Amino acid sequence: MFEKLNYIALQHYWWAIIALLGALLVFLLFVQGGQTLLYTLGKNDKERSLLVNALGRKWEFTFTTLVTFGGAFFAAFPLFYSTSFGGAYWVWMLILFAFIIQAVSYEFRTKANNFLGKRTYEVFLYINGILATVLLGAAVSTFFTGSQFSVDKINLVRLSGDKMPIISAWETPFHGLEAVWTLENLAFLQNIALGLAIFFLARTLAILYFQKSIDHSEIIKRSKRQLKIDSSLFLLFFLFWMIRLLFLKGFAVNPNTQEIFLQSNKYAINLIELPVVFVLFLVGVVMVLWGLFISIFKNSDNGIWYSGIGTVMTVFSLFLIAGYNNTAYYPSTFDLQSSLTIGNSSSSKFTLMVMGYVSLLVPIVLSYIIFAWRKMDASKITSKEIESDHHAY
Amino acid sequence: MEHIDWSLVNWSRAQFALTAMYHWLFVPITLGITFIIAIMETIYVKTNNPKWKEITQFWMGVFAINFAIGVATGIILEFEFGTNWSNYSWFVGDIFGAPLAIEGIMAFFMESTFIAIMFFGWNKVSKKTHLISSWLVAVGSNLSALWILVANGWMQNPVGMTFNPDTMRNEMTNFWEVLFNPFAINKFLHTIMSSYIVAAVFVVGISAWFLLKKREQYLAKRSIIVASIFGIFASIVTIASGDESARAVAKHQPMKFAAMEGLYDGQQNAPLVALGFFGTKDPKMPNREEFAFELRIPNVLSYLAFMDADAFVPGIRDLVHGNEEHQIMPYKDRIAKGKIAIDALAAYKQAKKNGDEEAASSQLQIFKANFKHFGYGYYFGKDPHLLIPNVKLSFYSFHIMVVLGVHFLVLFTLLLYFIFKKKLPNMRWLLWVTLWTIPLAFVATETGWVVAEVGRQPWVIQDLMPNIAAVSQIDTYNVQITFFLFFAVFTALLIAEIKIMLTQIKKGTQH
Repeated sequence: MFEKLNYIALQHYWWAIIALLGALLVFLLFVQGGQTLLYTLGKNDKERSLLVNALGRKWEFTFTTLVTFGGAFFAAFPLFYSTSFGGAYWVWMLILFAFIIQAVSYEFRTKANNFLGKRTYEVFLYINGILATVLLGAAVSTFFTGSQFSVDKINLVRLSGDKMPIISAWETPFHGLEAVWTLENLAFLQNIALGLAIFFLARTLAILYFQKSIDHSEIIKRSKRQLKIDSSLFLLFFLFWMIRLLFLKGFAVNPNTQEIFLQSNKYAINLIELPVVFVLFLVGVVMVLWGLFISIFKNSDNGIWYSGIGTVMTVFSLFLIAGYNNTAYYPSTFDLQSSLTIGNSSSSKFTLMVMGYVSLLVPIVLSYIIFAWRKMDASKITSKEIESDHHAY
Repeated sequence: MEHIDWSLVNWSRAQFALTAMYHWLFVPITLGITFIIAIMETIYVKTNNPKWKEITQFWMGVFAINFAIGVATGIILEFEFGTNWSNYSWFVGDIFGAPLAIEGIMAFFMESTFIAIMFFGWNKVSKKTHLISSWLVAVGSNLSALWILVANGWMQNPVGMTFNPDTMRNEMTNFWEVLFNPFAINKFLHTIMSSYIVAAVFVVGISAWFLLKKREQYLAKRSIIVASIFGIFASIVTIASGDESARAVAKHQPMKFAAMEGLYDGQQNAPLVALGFFGTKDPKMPNREEFAFELRIPNVLSYLAFMDADAFVPGIRDLVHGNEEHQIMPYKDRIAKGKIAIDALAAYKQAKKNGDEEAASSQLQIFKANFKHFGYGYYFGKDPHLLIPNVKLSFYSFHIMVVLGVHFLVLFTLLLYFIFKKKLPNMRWLLWVTLWTIPLAFVATETGWVVAEVGRQPWVIQDLMPNIAAVSQIDTYNVQITFFLFFAVFTALLIAEIKIMLTQIKKGTQH
């Protein structure tokens, strides 16, 4: 089956898988968003425990999706793994740090003799909620605004001189943190805007998730008020980012020479030239808005389904316009020709083919996740249930 | 290589070692206890005896505390291949990335999905579904071990690939060779089985404490029966796979094998040093330390390594300086050939750029003829002794691991024997030994990894890429900051985990 696909088709297939994993990850960041709402929506320990337990049954999915997203990037586009992770060192390390302290916090928070105290673990959850969303958002924005790095594979065999034989180099000492203060083309505004958009999106989705999964009138009442604030801020930052994106010069690739050049309105052109992706994007945005609408104006608790699926579709289409249609998905503003494209950074045809077969497991994985999710969420969580569950967080 | 930033290389190694060693404090318990829990739950479902449900839930509670911290330290390891070993990520990402991605898709999702049912689903799903979920958590966590160990085995014995001079990296040519690499299979068996031993020791140790305190007798006795049987089985397979692993190391990583045995001068009918202490130094060779005391078993090393008591086992000296009689090429020659391969690759790229196909073709031939020495070329102009791993650390780690491995097998056998004889609750000395074996199990499993990873230095990919060519281009202070940051966080979380776990254990089955 995958043997019949040519190299370019396999590279496109794998970029779509990466886009899907990235989109699922952004959706699942609702866990992080919820962690920043513990004290906003929960006014006492009992209420906060309810919120933590609702999120605590899902945190592993976000975590696992992040790990799989990283693993799939490594397998399919190793030059990105090598360049971005080794270069934007501080951005990725801070994201990882945020996930270390999250993983234990659910389990340790209410346990007796937990060394750091309940409050500390709640602060850990809060830090994770902010850092993971804002930094991942800003990092994804650099897929469109660019970073300062160079790649020269010949370095591998350059043994003379005062440099190590390393192929990728980050050209600022801040190793990725400069994304939030790079003035060129006002990139910092764009990067911060997407970071904040993802942060407020995560909070918005978390509220919709709480409305679907928790049975507690006070929390639901507060969540409705909070939803208006967070969804408005999300829309504000996202629209700012999206509208600017359509007018930005993008990083285009000449398909014949593989030369990379700046092209005006590249991402708007991509949407027009990829009509299926454009439709996906529009449907995604409409679904996100519909989810918000029925939650705010129709008192429905099904908003998470529409906004969740809409988020996946929107983010998926944004990843596609970053890499498809002869576009450099990880551009270098330091040296345009060092920019990464799905063509120059991918694994070999053989590996992509082997991994293609592995990707057929994804529907199986999704089906058992849906099975488990439905079983576990068949009824809403109540305070009573948590009190009687000896394993409650 | 004219410039080596040793500080960067060593701090990058230290950070990876720190993360790996912390990670490995938690993973063995997860790998083994999930099966022990699944077995206990199966007995509960079969017998419908609520006592077995209590036992299952008690160990599940202990496992939950351990699980999260294992996950937390694991995520760092995966990303450190990129953050700290970026050259490595490109050089072999085409092969190495695949098992990591498969691990995520195939194993982690299974583990994380069914763990939610395992912990929270007692009243939400049927007994049968819950039991299947518990088994799937065990399978999922062990599957994740399979893929990461396939990746590790490949680093120690790279197979199923070829170097592509145009992309300047190694590319996979045979997935099955990578998956069924004998090194990987042995490594997988040896690692998971030894992890089962750690989990079994953990369970019998805690159960022994209950017996000493005359509490939770039912739980303790039943747990000792299940864990001892599990431990005996795991010990036997661990010893068998360890024996097979040692043979593979002798064949593919002779320097590691020599370091593990402290063997400087190769010999036929080589004896096994069952016990030894370094202490005698020769002023002419300051880096070489001989045994001050040793207990040798004649011929056994030759037999273990090559199934032939007369076989020649090369020593460190033979490998560094060569041995014509046994056709061992000295390191300085391998370094020279490696440099030829590197220069030929550079010339090939230049010829390609100039459109000179004839020159490119001839350089490619030179490159291919010398490729198996490629990694040695990075030591051109350097002292070949840099290619020797830390001998004392490798030797002591190996021997501690082996001695403790035997101790565990004897302990499980005694526990099983005396519990069936109904004498165990009164044998306080054995119960105390069992309790204090818990830290020894962690010592054994960590030293096992020290042997595997220190012994293969300086290679990140055997013979092809040394650590000095694998790192990321970052200033050392960045790595130092993250090293201490992770050290502080991991240590704080470890203290928290131990305190919580002790409190939880003291509570017993009272929720």
